[in-house]
Amino acid sequence: MLTFQYLPYHEISGLTTENKLKKLLTIVKTERIILMEGRLEPHEEAKLIEKTMEQISRSFKGIEICTVYPQIKNSDLGKFLKREFLKILGYQGGLTIIGPATIVREIKKDPNKIELLMRNSKRRE
Amino acid sequence: MKPLRSFLNRFFSALFKKRKQIKLGLYGPPNSGKTSLANKICVDWLGEEMGAVSQIPHETREVFMKEHVAIKRNGKELNFNLVDTPGIATKIDYEDFMRFKLNAAQARKRAKEATKGVIDAIRWLDNMDCVLVVLDSTLNPYSQVNITILGNLAARKIPVLIVANKTDLKKANVEKISSAFPQYPVIGISALKGHNIDIFYKKLFEVVK
Repeated sequence: MLTFQYLPYHEISGLTTENKLKKLLTIVKTERIILMEGRLEPHEEAKLIEKTMEQISRSFKGIEICTVYPQIKNSDLGKFLKREFLKILGYQGGLTIIGPATIVREIKKDPNKIELLMRNSKRRE
Repeated sequence: MKPLRSFLNRFFSALFKKRKQIKLGLYGPPNSGKTSLANKICVDWLGEEMGAVSQIPHETREVFMKEHVAIKRNGKELNFNLVDTPGIATKIDYEDFMRFKLNAAQARKRAKEATKGVIDAIRWLDNMDCVLVVLDSTLNPYSQVNITILGNLAARKIPVLIVANKTDLKKANVEKISSAFPQYPVIGISALKGHNIDIFYKKLFEVVK
């Protein structure tokens, strides 16, 4: 059985990068797939990869991660301003999916659809 | 006395600034052909290869630097230190290496070294002056590793040239990479066969200048 855990942005927005990543990895290591509102900053994404690598073991093989967010062209000034205004109010556009590599084989993004390819359960045992 | 000291300070700092070698990094996911490209550059301009290449992912598990590479083109010269980095990945499973006929102990050792290599590659980002992001043009470019690498380079304001490698293969799709990352210059090459390498050097001059 697959378990998805929704993580609203306000649950992690007040945390330091260290604690944010600790929380994400703790959830993933319990074999749940996180659906997180918003996205991490680029330096946080890089730090998440670093932290993941530090924790790789026989039972934890790493993560699969994918972020989807609305692409706004430079010419869409109205939409850009609206997004920036919503950011100030604390609304984070987009969605981040993070799953344990022992369960999620691959997340394919292309760019308007997402496919979660799961591992054969027999191999996980 | 004070103006003379100020002049000397400016003179020596300008002198050393000019002599500082720029660091040109090769970044990308595993098996995209970073070391093949590093070898091609080194063979073309130094007459020797930089590192070993292999079909097995994570062949490069340490950061390697080749100093004083000088590329000449149309009377101009570009000097840099070439830094080949391990492929960046979000997962490493030692069992995957066993499919390439490594035994369990060898596979576990390789996995452990590979995790350290990924960490080192990320930490080296801060040292780079310019980066070649090497992608396998036969694969889907919308992977989070690619997005994370490019996002971090953009945040650091490091100039980037995306190298869409392996254009000698049938499935290669350079246009898909260009449309995925329209804000970056993209050049399709085959590091292995040397296809388009002259245009690659031309682009490199433009990006590094």
